[in-house]
Amino acid sequence: MVPATSTRTEAAREPVREEATDVVGLGRRRAAAFVAPALVLIVVFLVFPALWTLYLGVTDYRLTGLAATHPHFTGVRNYTDVLADGRFHNSLWLTLEFVGGSAVLGQTVLGFSVAWVMRERPAAVRRTVEALVLLAWILPGSVVAFLWLALLDRDGGTLNAMLGTPGTAWLLDHPMACIVVFNVWRGTAFSMMLYTAALGNVPPSHLETAKLAGASTWQTLRDAVLPKIRGHALTSLLLVSLWTFNDFTPFLITAGGPENRSEVMSAYVYRTALGEGRLGFGAAISLVMLLVNLLIAFAYLRALRRRRA
Amino acid sequence: MRTALRRIAATTFVSLVLAFFALPMLWLASAPFDANPKIQVSLPGFTLDNFRVLLDDPYALRSLENSVILAAGTAAIVVVFAALAAYALSRVRLPGRDVLLYLLLLLSSIITGTAAMVPIFLLATQLHLVDSHLGVVLVLSGGLLPTAIFLLKDFTDATPASYEEAARVFGASPLQTLRHVVVPVIRPGLAMVGIWTVAQVWGDFLMPFLLLRDPDKAPASVIMYTFYTEGGQPDLALISTFSLLYSVPVVLMYLLVSRRYGFRFHGGIKR
Repeated sequence: MVPATSTRTEAAREPVREEATDVVGLGRRRAAAFVAPALVLIVVFLVFPALWTLYLGVTDYRLTGLAATHPHFTGVRNYTDVLADGRFHNSLWLTLEFVGGSAVLGQTVLGFSVAWVMRERPAAVRRTVEALVLLAWILPGSVVAFLWLALLDRDGGTLNAMLGTPGTAWLLDHPMACIVVFNVWRGTAFSMMLYTAALGNVPPSHLETAKLAGASTWQTLRDAVLPKIRGHALTSLLLVSLWTFNDFTPFLITAGGPENRSEVMSAYVYRTALGEGRLGFGAAISLVMLLVNLLIAFAYLRALRRRRA
Repeated sequence: MRTALRRIAATTFVSLVLAFFALPMLWLASAPFDANPKIQVSLPGFTLDNFRVLLDDPYALRSLENSVILAAGTAAIVVVFAALAAYALSRVRLPGRDVLLYLLLLLSSIITGTAAMVPIFLLATQLHLVDSHLGVVLVLSGGLLPTAIFLLKDFTDATPASYEEAARVFGASPLQTLRHVVVPVIRPGLAMVGIWTVAQVWGDFLMPFLLLRDPDKAPASVIMYTFYTEGGQPDLALISTFSLLYSVPVVLMYLLVSRRYGFRFHGGIKR
């Protein structure tokens, strides 16, 4: 069952640990049987779809009609079509704005600022702020999407009532700004928690020294705090970028519209593949998304390893 | 002078943050109890009638039931399968174990529902899993299992093997040891993974939206978007009460987790 050579080298390398770890006497065969059910589900419903994307991308698969039953091999046409599609360029650019604006800038800056300012606030204030920020993060996506629709509503929205700008259609006039601000609101909690924990690791003596030396807040942050939290900052940046890139909630707020002006990748792939039924074309976009995810994930794992090293 | 300015700046900042985060949520607190709910936040003329609207709607409660089915089904599969796999991977040195774990971590973060919605939809169609709860449960389990295995393996690695050793010395079979020694010891880890899975599935919109056509089978996250009046306007009484009812379990679960396991969620709790 198991190739003998690999077993022997494995055993030769760590003979002691091998004996010591399997205390229950499970044995390799049974251990493999324990891993199998999980592995089968992962392979069928996670790995296979990703590999299938490669095949689907080279066919003219459609949701309905002739190409639904007898898809044809079309080579790299879907990929060249995607790369030449103006809507794809538009979507790529909007996604960059969305991820850069809401995750990299918005969530990180706001999350860090909240963590930094809250260090010196009374416990009651701190707990209230943290609870609200967390609530925005844990409420179901469908609910928060509707809350923002209500907030930004053109005719009766709370925002218009507060600002005294009745009739301003925020979602039609500034769809990208809306989903960027929304996502800052939605996801700041993670950065806040992470930087709160990271700031706890900065030795108080460093901050004291900076204070005694008369350093400004900016200088303190740059010289005493940043070197200590740089590793955390990089990994969290990559993680929130990955989540934001794959977030489907913007679709619930603007549905990619109006006129594709907020059509980030997640909305673009849904609308082309399932809205318009062009599955082959959609699969080609999917592959682009998977590759972007792969890049971010590799960068993340590398950063993580360097931090541990 | 400088400290005074700094205090004012900090207070202003705190107020702005509070306002920013509270503003969208005010509607969820006021509208459900408003006799005449509007899209705008207003002081409610207090009533509980809106909850009767909720009870009368044929889809509302059924959708919550569907959410429970999906969450419980996925949690059962994820907890059992992940526990078995995590235990074996933690205690037995299977060949290629480290590569496998590394790949799992990598794949689960790369292959998201959003990026892979096209092949997942087609796969479900081919396997006749469209419009079935089982299909959604299996797809979600496949996506959540790698992270669950990771969390549980960390947990098992951190528990000493001495209990298991003792049980073996006293002649317990491997399976007996698992049932009576290992499961009780790693129970907090199992609970954590279970709650995490329920939270993930409870809030998920995309997979049920993609894979379920019949509104009778749709979970709460999807059915919300069908609550319109005959005039085509959103039925605010229904949406607001339903949102509140749908959100309460998540908040309760969060409170439970933060009390039981300390205030912080695990870093990877949300994908």
